[in-house]
Amino acid sequence: MGRIWDLDEHGNAPALIDESGFRVTYSELNAEAELLAGKIGHRCLVFALCRNEIGSVSGYTAFINNGIVPLLLSSHLEDALLRELLKTYSPEYLWIPKDMTGGFPCMTEVHESYGYVLLKTGYDVKYPMHDELGLLISTSGSTGSPKLVRQSYTNVSENARSIAEYLRLDDTERPITTLPMNYVYGLSIINSHFLVGAAVLLTDKGLMQKEFWNFFREQNATSFGGVPYTYEMLDRLRFCRMDLPSLRTMTQAGGKITPELHEKFAAYAAEHNINFVVMYGASEATARMGYLPPEKAVEKRGSMGIPIPGGSFTLIGDDDKPVTEPYTTGELVYEGKNVTLGYAECGEDLIRGDERHGRLETGDMAQFDEDGFYYIVGRRKRFLKIYGNRVNLDELDRLIKGEFGIEAASSGVDDHAYIFVTDEKYSGTVRDFVINKTKLNPSAFRVIVIGEIPKNDSGKTLYTELAKYYE
Amino acid sequence: MSNREKYDQAFIETFEITKDQLAGLKYQDITAWDSVGHMSLIAALEDAFDIMMDTDDIIDLSSYEKGMELLAKPEYNVEF
Repeated sequence: MGRIWDLDEHGNAPALIDESGFRVTYSELNAEAELLAGKIGHRCLVFALCRNEIGSVSGYTAFINNGIVPLLLSSHLEDALLRELLKTYSPEYLWIPKDMTGGFPCMTEVHESYGYVLLKTGYDVKYPMHDELGLLISTSGSTGSPKLVRQSYTNVSENARSIAEYLRLDDTERPITTLPMNYVYGLSIINSHFLVGAAVLLTDKGLMQKEFWNFFREQNATSFGGVPYTYEMLDRLRFCRMDLPSLRTMTQAGGKITPELHEKFAAYAAEHNINFVVMYGASEATARMGYLPPEKAVEKRGSMGIPIPGGSFTLIGDDDKPVTEPYTTGELVYEGKNVTLGYAECGEDLIRGDERHGRLETGDMAQFDEDGFYYIVGRRKRFLKIYGNRVNLDELDRLIKGEFGIEAASSGVDDHAYIFVTDEKYSGTVRDFVINKTKLNPSAFRVIVIGEIPKNDSGKTLYTELAKYYE
Repeated sequence: MSNREKYDQAFIETFEITKDQLAGLKYQDITAWDSVGHMSLIAALEDAFDIMMDTDDIIDLSSYEKGMELLAKPEYNVEF
């Protein structure tokens, strides 16, 4: 039995089905996992460049279930950012799509399966890793930050179990992928469904593509997940008029959905006997921390719900004491076995143990109502969610400074980032640079030229002063 | 402006590209034409021609050329 799943237990049930209709059963997945892990033969670090393809998932399964530590990255990660990460963490192997091997001519191919290849990097440096470390996730996939979240085996299995419990998953489920697997929300769907022996439908096609919906219907998908922007797109597609008899559950996470859309989808779900489940989470908590039980979706619209099974929430007020009164704002603190070990910022950090001891200060400001349902009302940390992707604004400023040697200040609201610079001549190039680095849709970024960046006496940027330019 | 010009303009403005990039342009060929960009493109086309596109046509519009074929259908009746 592996560290996370007992794959063989589900025998000949399909574990993965791709767009071409190709299936891999749990037994086959297990056999492939043992083969691949056997080729490596010892505990080490692997970078996996992910796609929603069978090779990508089977590699991940093999690694984490056999004590090999993967860092999951997007296969679209910008090359310079990837090179930087390789230098920082010096992995022993890469697990990449076969069509990308040309980018790594100095590495040796040692195994191939399902369109993916295992390359031995040949790097000399090997950083020791803590025994509990199971998985590494980038804190900000889009800016390729070297800062990683260290997740333990317990974190991953506990969170998957909790999700399977509150979503009442069983082996008849057939979730279809709408999110990348290197994104913890997308990964949590795979992790939780493998626990119950369900079949995951894999595609990189999006909601705006006919092939996605053909695959959905042909394979009778029962659920999907979406970030707020996904629901805006579904609304635009007049989703509420689509006929999808196999659909049972829609989940939402990755930022706060507008109360209007929350209400609309909750009402649609209630009418069609579908569960609409709004959830709350972060990669620092493996994936999920809160969920709104579907039967409360209409009544408690705008709420992200209650703690997941095994977890608890506390709000810490300005006086550093727990908030006891409803509708009082405090910083949301989560406690549970899925709170990750901590961060890593360099190879030497991989040996570090548990630094959070089951308690996470989320950086989100929240309130609860008289029934104990939680509402996110703001954010303490400097990041935005752009189409569900976390973009660290300080990181963005740092990247711009590194590239152009100029000072920049980024600010904004979710899905709309504003980058302030003081020199007109950089406005176009800075924007192009940011778009290329993040690989996010250009419409999210605007550059605004101002006379000077507002600062206080000690030289700290006054980001709140910038809000008047875009609010 | 002719319908062809209006059609081109929707692509050019939405994706911030030039006219010479239009021929043969397909979904996901450029960063700007992802699902987010697609939604903006549909909104721009609906505005330009004062139409409401069906779900099936929205998801079928996978290239610059395909879009013209779809808009020429009787329900939208855009002549190029």
